[in-house]
Amino acid sequence: MTTSLFDKFDTILNNFSQLPEGDGNPFTVSMEKVISQTEAVINGRHTVLAGTNNYMGMTFNQDCISAAHAALDEQGTGTTGSRVLNGTYSSHNALEETLKEFYGTEHAMVFSTGYQANLGVIATLAGPKDYILIDADSHASIYDGCAMGNATVIRFRHNDAADLDKKLKRLDPDAGKLVVVEGIYSMLGDQAPLAELAAISKKHSAAILVDEAHSIGVFGATGRGVAQEQGVEDQIDFIVGTFSKSVGTIGGYCVSNHPKFEVLRLVCRPYMFTASLPPSVVASAQTALKIIVENNQLREQIITNSIQLNKGLDQVGFDMGTTGKSPIAAIKIESKETAIAFWGEMLKEGVYVNLALPPATPQNLNLLRCSLSAAHTSAQIDFMLQKFKLVGERLGVLPAADASGMPLSCEAEETNQSQQVSDVSAATG
Amino acid sequence: MTQSQEEIFNTVATLVGNFNTRGIEINKETKFTADLDLDSLAVMDLLAEIEDHFDITVPLNILPDLENVGQVADAVAKIVNE
Repeated sequence: MTTSLFDKFDTILNNFSQLPEGDGNPFTVSMEKVISQTEAVINGRHTVLAGTNNYMGMTFNQDCISAAHAALDEQGTGTTGSRVLNGTYSSHNALEETLKEFYGTEHAMVFSTGYQANLGVIATLAGPKDYILIDADSHASIYDGCAMGNATVIRFRHNDAADLDKKLKRLDPDAGKLVVVEGIYSMLGDQAPLAELAAISKKHSAAILVDEAHSIGVFGATGRGVAQEQGVEDQIDFIVGTFSKSVGTIGGYCVSNHPKFEVLRLVCRPYMFTASLPPSVVASAQTALKIIVENNQLREQIITNSIQLNKGLDQVGFDMGTTGKSPIAAIKIESKETAIAFWGEMLKEGVYVNLALPPATPQNLNLLRCSLSAAHTSAQIDFMLQKFKLVGERLGVLPAADASGMPLSCEAEETNQSQQVSDVSAATG
Repeated sequence: MTQSQEEIFNTVATLVGNFNTRGIEINKETKFTADLDLDSLAVMDLLAEIEDHFDITVPLNILPDLENVGQVADAVAKIVNE
């Protein structure tokens, strides 16, 4: 019998079919109505959004909306073409100028998504005789960039400069080498030790690329990210980022001071063989970048919000994956089944969080992950905390509030329905 | 100093043991996905343990060709004895 092309997905399909059906399925959520940066209607219920990576709350910023409206009216709904053909409008060039000012770099290149920025830059920079060294906890777009290119790919232990040193030392000193790390890792919100990693890279004549997807806007005096926060920007060769989080729209970019950087426009396939960003997206991104530079209070607010949620979760006794030093708050749940049930109960209670399961998580962790926004109010965070506590007690993740509290036995049985759910991972990147 | 294929396989099998949550018998034919139920990330973490133990680098590029424990042992032997 001929093998079907789809047979290889049977395990994944089987796992998926064991997830709760309907409203309790974490991978089929639909936002029925978006109310604001922080609220939506899901399953007919008014819901607080605690997992959207909308760090600066830019999606409903009035200036961004106005700029997008004007661009839409003046330039139309799309460019229908590649950046190297008819898809470069003066607004795309202006956005790249804004990025150069934002980062203080010589060059900036805008891609249609952050995913494509990583894919394109990584796959193109490192060729057949070169080496790419990536942090073990890298985002899927970095792994995919490696898979798309022809370089030899080496993985080093997460945030471990000594392991990077050891692995660089074994390579041909004359070969081209690219080290790829992230400023902030999205699941646990931990920062890369960029000074050490950059110093080791330089020692072995390797270039270093930092993906600031989750840190642009949030860290650094003017929101450039972790490299700015740690004062090491002059030691970083390439910064990649996205407009789909703090900037509140979609698109990706790479900035650099490398004298030959511009050649990438002629050789980078994920840049060339796709249509450029629509003018309305370009306009809102450019406006948001200008707002981000000037608004330190947004950066202060998001960390204040994160500390409130992280501290509150810690105080009631959850096993914390995060510390509050980033806009992420994640709790660890021992079993996958309980994590799935927890996620579903939170949604029923009116709070949307991310369910993050292996292999999308490091250390085989089952996480309920929240990303804070500067737009969250203290009252919304109290609401999240109240619901986390309620569901935690209901499912036995936390000790029951008091002896006369919720009956635990029947609730606990419900969580046993879904066994063996694996490999269906939350895509939060 | 070269190590024999057999020695290397035994060491690799021991390291695989830490990832053997199903408690099955490990032999050269043991498959990472089908038998040990490891996802792609777990296989890479296992590889990191093997790299540390033998003090070698195993490029990720060869991962698609490593389906079972015997193939990993062979790949390690090739790198160790190079």
